[in-house]
Amino acid sequence: MNSAVKENIVQPLFKNNPVFVQLLGICSALAVTTNLNNAFTMTLAVVFVTAFSNVGVSLIRKIIPGSIRMIVEMAIIATLVILVDQILKAFSYNLSKQLSVYVGLIITNCIVMGRAEAFAIKNGPTVSLLDGIGNGLGYGVVLMIVAFFRELFGFGTLFGFTVLKTVNNGGWYVPNGLMVLAPAAFFLIGGIIWVLKTYGKGMQDDE
Amino acid sequence: MEHVFTMFMEGVFTQNLALSLFLGMCTFFAVSKKVGAAFGLGIAVTVVQAITLPVNNLLYNYVLREGALAWTGVPALASLDLSFLAFITFIGVIAAIVQILEMTLDRFFPPLYNALGIFLPLITVNCAIMGGSLFMQQRDYNFADSCLYGLFSGIGWALAIVIFAGIREKMEYCHVPKGLRGLGIAFMAAGLLATAFMTFSGM
Repeated sequence: MNSAVKENIVQPLFKNNPVFVQLLGICSALAVTTNLNNAFTMTLAVVFVTAFSNVGVSLIRKIIPGSIRMIVEMAIIATLVILVDQILKAFSYNLSKQLSVYVGLIITNCIVMGRAEAFAIKNGPTVSLLDGIGNGLGYGVVLMIVAFFRELFGFGTLFGFTVLKTVNNGGWYVPNGLMVLAPAAFFLIGGIIWVLKTYGKGMQDDE
Repeated sequence: MEHVFTMFMEGVFTQNLALSLFLGMCTFFAVSKKVGAAFGLGIAVTVVQAITLPVNNLLYNYVLREGALAWTGVPALASLDLSFLAFITFIGVIAAIVQILEMTLDRFFPPLYNALGIFLPLITVNCAIMGGSLFMQQRDYNFADSCLYGLFSGIGWALAIVIFAGIREKMEYCHVPKGLRGLGIAFMAAGLLATAFMTFSGM
């Protein structure tokens, strides 16, 4: 049991990372990473939705007719996302404004659907829960890494705290405006893939 | 006319769904190895986007939003606010329209179905479509605007993926550092393309 726990949670973090290796869920990974706060909230939301949609799908996997399972999965996921959205709006309105449509877009995040379809439909609820958490975290790790660089170099802050004092506030650091803009996210992810493929064990393509 | 032009520039270039809002990225990277396939998918997305947005707009304005059911004349319904159901309604509408489109094409335009058929199921989970509907809701577009936005944002997405596929085809012949081959360089190219699209924002 212990090794199963470890495998299901640790595997998706790096070796089988949903974003880099399986190429799923990039949309939101790029969009919400201008600062760490957004990235962290998004991570929590995605972990929650992936974990519980996996459990939900797994619990009723034996009674879903094969032909309509997509719709059933979609309904479970959409319900969870609505929950997340309502909770965010109620307790942290500013954050939900900043994340704007990307909370709703968790519905079409391929990680959630992909895990439901590839894992939860065939496995029991406990393992599915772990798998969901693992994949959600794997996605979160990428988000946090990208957001770390974008916030640090774009604004000179981390989680909103000043790290590099910017010129406007009488410091020495000139913020890199490009980091805040869309292209920087592409460059960063490309760069991370480069590093992982060069140094990561077993991540090289067989070419 | 000026309004239409602004919507056009915004939808196609400055607020490009793929390159500045990062929507539909999964398919953007997965189906951009060949220009032909990218073109097919682009057309399919444009068509679905142009149909679903107005439909979702009508549903949102006449059923879901606060006080939208006033036209029924029933007082109990008039004060209802169903906007929290927007997500699940939109995704349902998208799935249904994709399905209907697939069946219609299969029945009446077999050649078109053969060309686009394989891309249609992919579109249900394409966040560009869902994103378009959510932006429509957020920006409070009226019916005419939502028609325009659906068409233009679809064209923008199609344009982006076709150009990107062209770049990737050319890149086959380039000498790329080993670790960067494949996905890595694709991201870099997308970044450069995004920079190019951004320059339109000065207009």
